[in-house]
Amino acid sequence: MNRTEALELVKDSISRVVPGADLDALGPDDSFRDALEMDSLDFLGFIEALSDRSGVRIEDEDTQRLTTLSGTADFLVARAG
Amino acid sequence: MGAFTMPSLGADMDEGTLQEWLVRPGEQVRKGEAVAVVETAKSTLEVECFETGTVEELLVEPGTTVPVGTALALIAPFARAREARGEPDETVEKTPPRPKPRRTAPSSGTEAARAPTPTPARAHGHSEAGPLLRHLAERSGLDWAALHGSGPGGRVTRGDVERAAGGAARPPRIRATPLARRLAAELHVDLGSLTGTGTDGAVRAADVRSAAPGGATTPTPAHRAARPRTAEDRAFAMRQAIAALMTRANRDIPHYYLSTNVDMAAAMDWLHEHNRRSPVGERLLPAALLLKAAACAAREVPELNGFWVDGGFVPGDGVHLGVAVSLRGGGLVAPALHDADTLDLRQLMAGLKDLVVRARTGRLRGSDVSAPTITVTNLGDQGVETVYGVIYPPQVALVGFGRIVDRPSAVDGLLGVRPVVTATLSADHRATDGAVGARYLTAVDRLLQNPEQL
Repeated sequence: MNRTEALELVKDSISRVVPGADLDALGPDDSFRDALEMDSLDFLGFIEALSDRSGVRIEDEDTQRLTTLSGTADFLVARAG
Repeated sequence: MGAFTMPSLGADMDEGTLQEWLVRPGEQVRKGEAVAVVETAKSTLEVECFETGTVEELLVEPGTTVPVGTALALIAPFARAREARGEPDETVEKTPPRPKPRRTAPSSGTEAARAPTPTPARAHGHSEAGPLLRHLAERSGLDWAALHGSGPGGRVTRGDVERAAGGAARPPRIRATPLARRLAAELHVDLGSLTGTGTDGAVRAADVRSAAPGGATTPTPAHRAARPRTAEDRAFAMRQAIAALMTRANRDIPHYYLSTNVDMAAAMDWLHEHNRRSPVGERLLPAALLLKAAACAAREVPELNGFWVDGGFVPGDGVHLGVAVSLRGGGLVAPALHDADTLDLRQLMAGLKDLVVRARTGRLRGSDVSAPTITVTNLGDQGVETVYGVIYPPQVALVGFGRIVDRPSAVDGLLGVRPVVTATLSADHRATDGAVGARYLTAVDRLLQNPEQL
């Protein structure tokens, strides 16, 4: 998985949970969780979607770090190897 | 003969608009199956029927707003239906027996049977001609008076209308869920070309998505815009409904408020350990523990689990935990997790996810919103530490949880930093006194100290 693919996966997973989210208005280092007012259920749904689609196992401890588009994409690339 | 009536889908509902029928006359329906889509001030809901049988006649046309308790359709139990099938066509002068009040609804189910018993159906002006047949004739551009009746005594039957209209007055209706219909319209998918995987072959949203060129789409605001009411209308109607209900609550209910801090160290340790061992799909949120504790405590203190009706307390027939869900774009609904005290944490978490998703995508069912016995509001995600809620009438208690925060805390004579949540109770002083409320919060605290037993 290259970084562009990873970023698309992240955006796609967010859209699943927050239909109609304006992802273009989101900077790579903004906290999307705050910007899109995702609650803990939304966030868990996002993690599930991301894990399903990428095939990357995401540990519970990792989830707290997955707060920005850029950071989450980097995480996926590193884990997918 | 049973009447399917406009159900009461909440204490604040006096009337509802029948938006769509999901069944046709002659179709068999099972108890618990969604038969109609009803729009209330707050939301659009699929409504289930309470009988198993055959749909004899639809009494109310889509788009009609009727009071709660009005008969919407007649459903014949199977024995009668077999006999009915031997008869000729549906005749328009048939006077159906007076619909029974909904007391006949079984009380054991999880459906709206718990809803306050609706007023008996008012007399309906359909003895002359089934409104649907007249409607059908009108829609087909036929002159009702000129129709030749082939039924007993020259009565006009559905068959007469359909023949007069060229046999194609009404194309056979394809069974599909409302979401599937909306998606199909949006994605230009022909419903008739699909094989449904839902109940009795009904087309589901997933079938439409998989058939759509370009694959899946999730519901977008465009779907809502395509509906007759705009998002603004809905938001306004919901605001009005909330305003009316909360005004009534504050006017009629003498609230008393209690609060306690609950040490969450044991619960959070257990939760982290559980999540570490579990695949993503089975992870739990702290909310699951809090809701389960709230439900079990309600079972222990039944005085808080039920309704204040006509000057007296009526206990709930189980713990049906209302969960306040905030909606994107404003407003909230509080659908119920039925028998929440009997669910294990995994089931409760799955139920919660399902309920929240459906609440936010406008796919709640009638049974979801009917008569929770006690409601929980959990504002932890919004960052506040304490919430004192307003009770949903006719319930008598509302439980609030804030954010779980690390606080300095004295444990066994030592000062430490522990995760703590503030649990609050708003209760109806007509139904209980502070001592009962205190017993409830104490139970919540105790239950959360033993998460493995939840």
